[in-house]
Amino acid sequence: MSEKMSITLNINGLNRPIKVESRRTLADAIREDCGQTGTHIGCEHGVCGACTVIVNGEPVRSCLMYAVQADGKKIRTVEGLARGDELHPMQRAFMEHHGLQCGFCTPGFLMLAVGVLEREPDMSNDELLDVLASNLCRCTGYQNIIKAVWAAAAEMRGSK
Amino acid sequence: MAAGLIGKSVPRLEDRLLLTGQGRFASDISFPDQLTMRVVRSPSPNAIIRSIDMSAAKDLPGVFAVWTFEDVKALPPIDVRLTKIEGLGPYRQHVLARDRVRYVGEPVAVVFASDAYVAEDAADLVSLKLDPLPPIVNATDPPGEFDPGLQTEPLAIRKEYGDVDAAFRAAAHTLVLELAVGRHSGVPLETRGAIARYNAARDMLEMHGAAKVPHWNRDQIARMLGRERKSVNLYEGHVGGGFGVRGELYPEDVLVCEAALRFKRPVKWIEDRRENLIACNHSRQQTHRVRAAIDRDGRILGIDNEFFHDQGAYVRTHGATVPDLACAMLPGPYRVPAYRAVGHIRLTNKTPGGTYRAPGRYESTFVRERLLDAIAAKIGISPVEARERNLLAKADMPYDLRLDTLGTKMIYDSGDYAGLLGKALSATGWNEIRAAVKLRRSQGELLGVGLAMFVEKSGLGPFDDVELEMHASGAVELITGAASVGQGVETAMAQVCAETLGIDYTSIRVIHGQTDRIERGLGAFASRVTVMTGEATRRASLILRDQLLGAAASLMQTTPEQLLIADGVVQHASGTGPHMAVADVAAAMVGNGKRVFAEATFESGHMVYPYGVHVAQIQVDQLTGHVKIERYLVAYDIGRAVNPMLVEGQIAGGVAQGVGGALLEEFLYDESGEPLSVTFADYLMPTVRETPPMDVMIVEDAPSPLNSLGLKGAGEAGVNAVGAAIAAAIDDAIGRPGAIRQLPVTPQRMKSILRAAIRD
Repeated sequence: MSEKMSITLNINGLNRPIKVESRRTLADAIREDCGQTGTHIGCEHGVCGACTVIVNGEPVRSCLMYAVQADGKKIRTVEGLARGDELHPMQRAFMEHHGLQCGFCTPGFLMLAVGVLEREPDMSNDELLDVLASNLCRCTGYQNIIKAVWAAAAEMRGSK
Repeated sequence: MAAGLIGKSVPRLEDRLLLTGQGRFASDISFPDQLTMRVVRSPSPNAIIRSIDMSAAKDLPGVFAVWTFEDVKALPPIDVRLTKIEGLGPYRQHVLARDRVRYVGEPVAVVFASDAYVAEDAADLVSLKLDPLPPIVNATDPPGEFDPGLQTEPLAIRKEYGDVDAAFRAAAHTLVLELAVGRHSGVPLETRGAIARYNAARDMLEMHGAAKVPHWNRDQIARMLGRERKSVNLYEGHVGGGFGVRGELYPEDVLVCEAALRFKRPVKWIEDRRENLIACNHSRQQTHRVRAAIDRDGRILGIDNEFFHDQGAYVRTHGATVPDLACAMLPGPYRVPAYRAVGHIRLTNKTPGGTYRAPGRYESTFVRERLLDAIAAKIGISPVEARERNLLAKADMPYDLRLDTLGTKMIYDSGDYAGLLGKALSATGWNEIRAAVKLRRSQGELLGVGLAMFVEKSGLGPFDDVELEMHASGAVELITGAASVGQGVETAMAQVCAETLGIDYTSIRVIHGQTDRIERGLGAFASRVTVMTGEATRRASLILRDQLLGAAASLMQTTPEQLLIADGVVQHASGTGPHMAVADVAAAMVGNGKRVFAEATFESGHMVYPYGVHVAQIQVDQLTGHVKIERYLVAYDIGRAVNPMLVEGQIAGGVAQGVGGALLEEFLYDESGEPLSVTFADYLMPTVRETPPMDVMIVEDAPSPLNSLGLKGAGEAGVNAVGAAIAAAIDDAIGRPGAIRQLPVTPQRMKSILRAAIRD
C-alpha cells in the first residue's frame, strides 16, 4: 500500500510520534500504534459510537477519522478520564447507577457524554437523550445509562 | 454471616476496570510476531465452487499464506453440542466450504498476513469462480435437496401428550392462526474474535477470546485437531455481550488454532461488523400454524402447534435446540390438557441459525399469547379473563408438563401465576390505564395496552463445580467452570460466597472461563450460572467456613459450634469473649502447612422455572406507521434475587432487545438469497429513543425448591414476551383483534395493516 507518514498524536497529554499509512483510521492508530485499547471498535461505519474519543474538545467517532487528520491534535480517551484512582464523576455515576454490563460500549458513552457536557454543561435532560441516542448499547436497555448521565451532568454543573 | 448480602444491590466488582479502559476484550489481545487472518466469504447464497484463484493474493507483499478447503480437508465438520438428535450429522458445516457454498458469508478461503489492512487487501484479490444454483429462501416452501439423497428438512421435532384429536372433536370453537417471527440475532456490540498461539516448548495450544462454553470448545478443538485435550487451553477475557450467539464454536475459531499450530506463529482474527451480521448465528425465524380447541367459556382443551424453523444453511452447535424449546415451552403458564407439536427444521440458503436469548420462547410466547388474545376475542371476554380462566393454579405445583427438553423432564418447580398477574395489573393500574386509553382513543389517538405471560426456564444442569481457596491474607480465590458474558457473574458469585463465609465480597476474586484453572465446566448459557454455580459456591463456602471455624476453635480454645464469622471476624455466637480476624485464622492454617481449600459440586437433573408478566402501552402513528412505546412493565418472579440491581439490569436489557425484535430488527433477504441487512444502517437496533421507560417488579413469592437459596435465573425474562405484549397492544390500539400476525411490526408493515383496516 501507500507510504507511511510520520505524525504525532497527543493522547491524554502525551505526545506519541507514530508512522501510519494515510488510510489508517484514528481508532486503529490509538489502539494498535499507541496501545490504548480502552477505545473500542464496534462497527467501523460510524453508527455504534463505541470508538468515540474527544478530539480538540469535540466527541468524534475515531473509526470515521483518519489518523493523519488527527496529527498534532489533542485526543482524549477513556484512559485519561480518571485522575489516578479518583474516577471522573461520569465514571462514578455509571458504576452507581449500573450503567454498564459487558462494558464494551461504555468508553464510547463516557467520552460522548463528557465531551458534550464539557462543551454545553447546561444541556437539558431531554437534549441529552438526543445525544445519547447516537450511540448503541446492547446490554443495559439504556435506562441506567440515562440515569447515570443525568446524575453526572448535575454533578458536573454543580462543580463549575 | 455478612448479613443480608444476598439480596443486596451492591456495586459490581467488574466495573472499575471496564470504566477506566482496562478491560481485555478479544481485540485487545496481541502477541509478538502475530499474523492476522482474514476470511474470504461467499458472495453467493448457493453455488458450486469451480475454482479459486489465489495467485494475486499470494503475491501481495506481507501475505504469508492463503488456505482453501484443500489445506484443511483433514478437519471434520464442527459438531453439535446440544440436543444430539440423530440425523443432523450430514448438515454440519466444515470450517471452509468444500465444493459448494450455501449462504452469503460462508468462509471459502482464509488469508494470513502481517497486518489487518494487508490481509483485507489480499482477501479482496482472491477470485472465486462459482456456478450459481437456485436458492431456497423460505422455510415454508416445499423442501428441496440439500445433497443427493438428503432433503432440506433433516427432521421434525415431535412432542405430544393427551388426546389432541379428541380435544378438537369436543371443542365448542377451533381457532386457527398463522404467525411468523422474523430473523433476528443477539448482535453483541463486540464482534467475535479469536487469537491462537502455540507454545512449542510446552507443546501447548492456546486460544484467547473464548466465551460462553470454553471447556466444551477446548475439547472440540482438541478433537478436531487431533490433540490431547490437556494440550489445548482456552482463555476467556472480557466479553462484549453474549446473548446466545457469542462463544459457540465457529469455523474461525478452529482456523486460527490450526494455523497457529502449523505456522508456529500467533494468529489473530477479529470479525468486522458486516461479517458479524452475515456469519455469526442468526435466530428466531419461524412460522407457526397453530390450532386451539376451546370450550364455550374459552378454556383450552387442546393445542396443535406445527411450525417451520428456518435453520439457515447448516446445522451448528445448537443442533435442534431452538425448535425443541419452541415445542416444549409453548404451553407456558396455562393448563393445556392435550398438546401436539411438530417443528419442521428446514435448511435454507441463509446464515445458519443458533440460539438467541430466550430461544424458542420469544417465538412460542408470541404464538401462545396471540392465541390467548384470540380466545378472548372469540368468547368476548377481556384478555385478563381469558388468561385467568386458563392459568395453572398454585396448588398444581410442582406441575409435570409431560414434556421434555434439553434432556430434562419439564416439571414446573414452583409458581403462583395468578398471583403475579394480579400484582402486575395492580402495579400498572390496569383498569385506570384502560380507562385513560379509552379516553385518548375517543379523541382520535391510536392508543392501546396489551399484556403477555410466560414461563421461563433456567438453571440447566447437570452440574457445576466450584473451587475455593483462602490465602494467608484472607483474600479468597473462587474458581468456576462457568463463564461471563458481561452479566455480573463475578459480583453475584462473590456475594453468595461472602454471605456464606461472613467476609467482605470485595476480597473475593472470581476466576471463570479458564480451562487451565479447573478440570471441567459448562459455561454460561440458559440462564444457568447464578442457579448452578451459585449453589456450588454456597456449598464450597460452607466447607471452607467449617475448616476456618475448626481451626479458630482450637486457636481460641473453644468449640466450632460456639463460633460464627461476621464481617471477617471469627467471634462467639454469644457476642462476648475473644475474637479473631478470619485472615489471622487463615494465616495460622497456612503457617501450619494446611491449605485453606474447598471444592464442591452441585448436580441437578431438572431446570427451575421462573415466570413473568409483561404489560405494554403503545401509540401508533397513523401517518408514519411508527409504534411508540409509552410505558412498559415487567413483573417477574425470580424465586430469590442475589443482586436486584443486576436482575433489573438483565431485564431492562432484555426488554430493549425484545423491542428490537418486535418493531425494528430483521435480517432480510431478497428473492435471490442476497442478505439486505449487512450494516447497522439496515439492521436497526433500539437506541435510547426507541427504548421505553420501564418499570421492573421483582417478586420472590415462589423460591425454587430445587436449590437451597431458592434461586432462579434472570437472563431471559426481559426479552421473552415483548413481541407478544406489543402485538396485543397494537391490536388494541387499532381495534383489530388478531391484526398482528408477524414480527417485527416495522412502520411499512404497520401502514399496510392500517390501510387494510381502512379498506374493510
